[in-house]
Parts: sequence; C-alpha cells; structure tokens
Amino acid sequence: MAFSKVLFTLLVFSGYWVRSHRRMVPAQRSAQANLSGAKDAFKVRLSLKTALGDKAYTWNENEEYLFKAMVAFSIRTFSSREKIEISNVLLCNVTKRVSFWFVVTDPSENQTVPAGEVQGAIRMNRNRINNAFILNDQTLEFLEIPATLGPPTEPSTPIWVIIFSVVFCLVIVGIVLLIVSGIRQRRRKSKASTEMTDVEDKCETMVTIENGIPCDTLDSKEGRTNRAFAAGDEKLTPL
Amino acid sequence: MQAPREGTAACSPLGQGAGAWKEKELPRAAFPLAYLHCLLAPVKEANEQAKLQVEGGFLIPYIIMLVVEGMPLLYLELAVGQRMRQGSIGAWNTISPYLRGVGIASVVVSFFLSMYYNVINAWAFWYLFHSFQDPLPWSSCPLNSNLTSYDEECEKASSTQYFWYRKTLNISPSIEENGGIQWEQALCLILAWLVVYLCILRGTESTGKVVYVTASLPYCVLIIYLVRGLTLHGAINGLAYMFTPKIEQLANPQTWINAATQIFFSLGLGFGSLIAFASYNEPSNNCQKHAIIVSLINSSTSIFASIVTFSIYGFKATFNYENCINKVILLLTNTFDLEDGFLTPGNLEETKDYLASAYPTEYSKIFPDIKNCSLESELDTAVQGTGLSFIVYTEAIKNMEVSQLWSVLYFVMLLMLGIGSMLGNTAAILTPLTDSNTISSRLPKEAISGLVCLISCAIGLVFTMEAGNYWFDIFNDYAATLSLLLIVLVETIAICYVYGLKRFENDLQVMTGCKPNWYWKIIWAFVSPLLIIGLFIFYLTDYILKGTLQYQAWDATQGQLVTRDYPNYALAVIGLLVASSTMCIPLVALGTFIMNRWKKGKTVSV
Repeated sequence: MAFSKVLFTLLVFSGYWVRSHRRMVPAQRSAQANLSGAKDAFKVRLSLKTALGDKAYTWNENEEYLFKAMVAFSIRTFSSREKIEISNVLLCNVTKRVSFWFVVTDPSENQTVPAGEVQGAIRMNRNRINNAFILNDQTLEFLEIPATLGPPTEPSTPIWVIIFSVVFCLVIVGIVLLIVSGIRQRRRKSKASTEMTDVEDKCETMVTIENGIPCDTLDSKEGRTNRAFAAGDEKLTPL
Repeated sequence: MQAPREGTAACSPLGQGAGAWKEKELPRAAFPLAYLHCLLAPVKEANEQAKLQVEGGFLIPYIIMLVVEGMPLLYLELAVGQRMRQGSIGAWNTISPYLRGVGIASVVVSFFLSMYYNVINAWAFWYLFHSFQDPLPWSSCPLNSNLTSYDEECEKASSTQYFWYRKTLNISPSIEENGGIQWEQALCLILAWLVVYLCILRGTESTGKVVYVTASLPYCVLIIYLVRGLTLHGAINGLAYMFTPKIEQLANPQTWINAATQIFFSLGLGFGSLIAFASYNEPSNNCQKHAIIVSLINSSTSIFASIVTFSIYGFKATFNYENCINKVILLLTNTFDLEDGFLTPGNLEETKDYLASAYPTEYSKIFPDIKNCSLESELDTAVQGTGLSFIVYTEAIKNMEVSQLWSVLYFVMLLMLGIGSMLGNTAAILTPLTDSNTISSRLPKEAISGLVCLISCAIGLVFTMEAGNYWFDIFNDYAATLSLLLIVLVETIAICYVYGLKRFENDLQVMTGCKPNWYWKIIWAFVSPLLIIGLFIFYLTDYILKGTLQYQAWDATQGQLVTRDYPNYALAVIGLLVASSTMCIPLVALGTFIMNRWKKGKTVSV
C-alpha cells in the first residue's frame, strides 16, 4: 500500500519534471500532451500584454506556483477535500501565448477531481484568482468555464424617474403660475374697464349726436359696412 | 422617398406662425432669432445629410442645387411676401382668390407635423434623463437570465441599437403587431407637450422670449462639439471622407435628386414662413441681397454642422475599425497560440498569409470568422431615419471621455431645436383659431392652447405603442414631402403665369428699385417648375416600379433591419395624409368658384 503510494508520487513528480522541461520547447500545435484530451482537464489562457501593457510580468515557474496554489485553494474551499496539495495540480503544455492545460488529482482517491467540481470551485473563487494575477475575466480565460458576469448595480428607483419627476413638477408649477397670473390680469382689466364705464356713464348725461344719429345706437365695435365701397370681397384679404 | 429633414420644421412652421401673427403682437427683436431657427434647421438636417453623404460625394450636387433651386425659390417667396405685405393665406388670396387653398394646405401640413414631431422631443427627454447614469445605459449590453453572458439580441446588434430598439421603443417586429402603449414613452411625450404648452401659454409674447434661448443655445453647443469633434482620434478620416467627391456617384441621378430635396426642405420653402417674414420688411428692402445672404448662411451652417457630424462619424468608424482589427488579432492569437502581443495591426496581413500557407487546415476552419475590416465600409454604413440621431451619436458619445457630459449637452441641444420647432408649429395652428372671433370669444387663450396640445398629445400616443415607430416613419416620410413640392410648384406657376412675370418684375422694380435679372426670370419661369415636376415624376415612377411601398422593420432574432411591405390599411393612411393637404388647393379653388357663381347668380336675380 505504502509502496504504491510512493510509486505513484514518484510517477507524478517525474511526469511534472518531464512536463516542466517540455515548456522549453517552443509551441507545437501537433504535440498535445496526455492532458489535452483528458476529460477533467481545462485549458487556461492568459493575455498579459493586453491587460497590463508595459507592466506585464513574465510568466515563469513562480507564477505557475501561484496558479497551482490558487487552484488548490479553490478546490479545498469548495469541496472540502482537505488533502489537496499544490503538487496535486498538474500543468502542462505551456505555450508562449501564454496558455496551458491543468488537471487536479486527488491522492486519496488516486484519480482526477471531476470536471464539475473543478468548474464549480473556479467559478466560486474566480474573483480572487483574477485579483491574484491582476487580470480580469477576459484576460485570464478558463475555457469551458463560463464566468458569472456581475450585473450592474441598480438603485431601487431608477435615476431617470427621479429626474423626470423633478422636471415634471417644475413644468406643472410654471404652467399653474402662468395660468393664475393670466386669470388675475384679466380680472384686473375687466374691473378697471367696468370702473371706467361707470365713470363715463355718470359724466355723459347728454347724448352725443353725429349726423343726426345718436352715437350710442351705432355699434362702434363692429363698425358699419358702407355698401358704396363694397366693390368686391377680393380686395380685402382676411388672414 | 426622402423624409423631410427633421430640422426643416424648425424654420418653416415658426415662420408660418409668424406670418399669421398680427404685427403688433410680434416683438421685432424676436424676428432675427426666429429666423435663426431656420438657419438651425441644417443642424438636424446635417444628420440626415451625413447619411446622404455616405451615398456619395455630396458637396458638389448640394452646392449646384443650392444655386439653381434654393436661391431663386427663396428670392421668389421673399419677394412675394414683401410685395403683398401679408401672411401666406392673405398673400395668395391677393394674387388670386382661387389660390387661397395654398395657404390652407400649409396650415394642414403644419398640423400633421405638430402631431408627430413632438415624439422626437419625447425621445430626446428619455435619453437626456438616462444620461445622468454612470456608466451610460447604452454603453454595455444587459446580461441574460442565467447571468453567463449578454442578452442575445444585444449581442447580434450593438448595445446602442439594443437600447434604441428594445429599451426605448420596445419595437414590434412589424407594423401589424400593435402592442400596447409604453408608459415610459407616454410619460415623456406628455412632459414634452407640457413644456410646449408652458411656452405657448401666453401667446406670442412668451414665445418670443423662449426663442431667444432655443435659438442661441444650439449654436453654443455646436461650437463646443466642433472643438471636441475635431480633437477626437479618427476624426480626420471622417472629414476626408466628407470632402472627397466620388466621381461615379455624381453620374447617379439619385444623388442629384437627394440634393434637390435636401435644399428644398432645408430652406423651408412652401410652409409660408418666408412669405410671412418678408411681409414685415420695408418695401424698399433689397430682397435679392437678402435671399442670397440667407441661403449662403443656411448652407454654411449646414456645412458647419456636417463637419461636426462627420468628425464624430469618423471617430466612430475608426473606433469600430480598430475593434474589428483587434478581434481578428485575438482570434488568430488564440487559434494558433501565438505569443500575446506578437500580432499588431502592422504585421497582420503578412502573418495571415504566412499562417494560411503554413497551417492550411486550421486556417480554413477559422477563415469564415475572419472579417475583412475596412475603414471605408465602416464609414459607408448608413443608418435609416431618425435612428441616425440617436444611434450614431450615442455610439460615438459612449466612447468619449466624460461621456455623461457630452451626452447631456447633445440631448439638450436636440431638445432646444425640437422645442423651438414645436413652438412654431403650434403657433401656426393656434393663430387662426385665436383670430377667429367665434372661438376666441367663448374660450380664453390658455384654454384654446390647452385644447390643441391635449388633442395632439392624445393622437401622439399612437406613436408610443410598440409599432409606433413605424407609424412615425409613415408620417415623417409622407406627411410633408409631396404636399410641399406641390405647394411650391403652384406658387411658382402662380407668380409666373397667373400674376404675370412682367407684372411681378415691375412691382419689384417699383419697390426695390432694381429689376431681377434674366437669371432669376429664367429659373422662375422654366427651370424650377421643370425641376419640381421632375422630382414628382421621379417619386411616382419610383413608387410604380417598386409596386408597393416598403418600410424597414427591426427583426429581434437577427438583430438588424429587414424590409417589409406596408399592409393595405397603412397604404390607405399614407394616401389620406398626402391627399388631405394636396387636395386643399383644388378643393378651395373649386369652392371659391362655386361661391362666386352662386353670388353672381344672387346679384343677377336681385
């Protein structure tokens, strides 16, 4: 039992040593390691230059160590497999891109952690993994692990309703003010004109006569049409 | 069918209202500012012009049509107004009582315009209120239901298109499916009408003051935008595109027809506004000089606004082009596991060729996804209709820094222009009502204005339904176009043949002291009528050839516009719109004829 454990560990370490040396070989599309087709393996892709520009760090063994630590941490917290160590996370096929495949093995069960668990663990801790590398969901991609996009924060009342209500109230107030002042103006005018006519009535005791016709029988507002000049309606042009 | 430019309404009905106003009511100082609104018509129209420009080297036909069509017709209308010293209905009545229908047709067109035009203001309010959010709501797509990726419709179209078609309009797939009234849009429409009511409440005295603001503010914003636009990355591309003439497009008659229609509507011919303005001039005023100056100012404002529009357009096109290139680079980098940052726009082409030859199988697999990004095609993408103002500009604005500020500025400018137009529109409808003693003796001024606003608002709610934008397009395309063409044609023929060109010429000489030279006379008598008849024939043949009228419907599943045919009842509405304004002219002529015969019969019998 112990011997098989040691053998297994030796195999894993040797495999890791082989794979770390394979990293020196430039990216070869045809040379896929044993992991790429494995059912519980995931491909990871980083775009350091796109994300960080001049401040981009180089991807080396230490960064890989950090990555393995983050994955191990995620698996531990998600599925409470207490025995997962950094050495249980295997990376391979690191390219210049930078991209690589990884898989998590469980030493107690002697097999790889199922893909669903790994997916769930990564999704749960995606934010922390991103922050560890100063990247985001687009520049640190886990292919086939969909990111949970954060919905934008919505205040309880939409902002536009607030502004709309403010403008609406202002306009209503303006309309009411104008209507009220208009009514008041009209009342004042009609009061003034009735006062004026009262005064006029008191003064005019005699009837003004013009051309033998009393003035007040003439409808001074509308005027009279003089038929002699009605040569044609075409000349007068109402608007 | 070319839609009347949005901004043309700024000029024409305002003047129509001015013409109907009594002299003592209209403050003199408001005049030049009111006409400033006419000059601002090109601002909005520049948006449409951008679309037309992308159909090919626009400046040359535009300038030629301005000289051949715009200036002479403008001179004609100004001269008529100055000579007759009355508004449009009165002026045509003086020339011949049978032509009173021309003025009435203008009022009917104004009524249609006021019904549908305020919806644009409602949309501007909606966008303005949404501009106070960070980030702007149209800058990113909303998430789908299980929060794994973006909404499907938004992915296929762009986020600005999605915001316009889904969030603002909530548009239905075709005009037959009416849907319900969108309460958000209805609220904005009611607010827009309340603002208009606030401004016209007291009549022309208050309108005159409002015009000061609504006419000068857009110019300020335009200058700010000019500075900002010219400093944007990629603006040069847009400007270069605008100023390079496309020789092959000049041979296309469609370009010339578009230019003719554009000039026509941008100067506001046919609404009666110019006659009204000119009627306030001194008889000895040199209206020839006025006409030339006004049309030159009009076109320079137009070109000024186009420069702003095209610099922003160029920015948007460059941005999209660079995005497209970056997407291709990402695709290639991911497929071939190249080093990040290795592919640049500079070495993209040669790397593509190398990869195609070195790894043919994988390259052919991803080949359909590799789009050929071209700056030209980005600049060529035309957007239809009123969407141009809202989609293209918001797309450009969302990529600027401090986008909330630019957005607020832009929509405030749009609102000022729109409210200014509406003021003129409603004034044109109200003045005949308040003048007639029967109505004004029973109801106070405020009540009449309120009633008109209420009725127009109620009808306008149709445009807030899900299919409302399709009905809006019907009104936009057909309510004013043909009628205005007919009105101007009748005007030209009336002056030249009914009133008499010689008589008109003599009147002008008596008034201003100078005779119009042979250029003007030839154009008035022959060229302009022929040109307008040509435009008519073109539109009719276009309709007959196509067989039926079509419209652009938004297909949510594809995320783009598709062309559909109008159903029969929509065609009936179109016919009614066109007929109700054009039929005014012959019907009123017939009516006057019958009245005269009846009167003559009465006097004879007596």
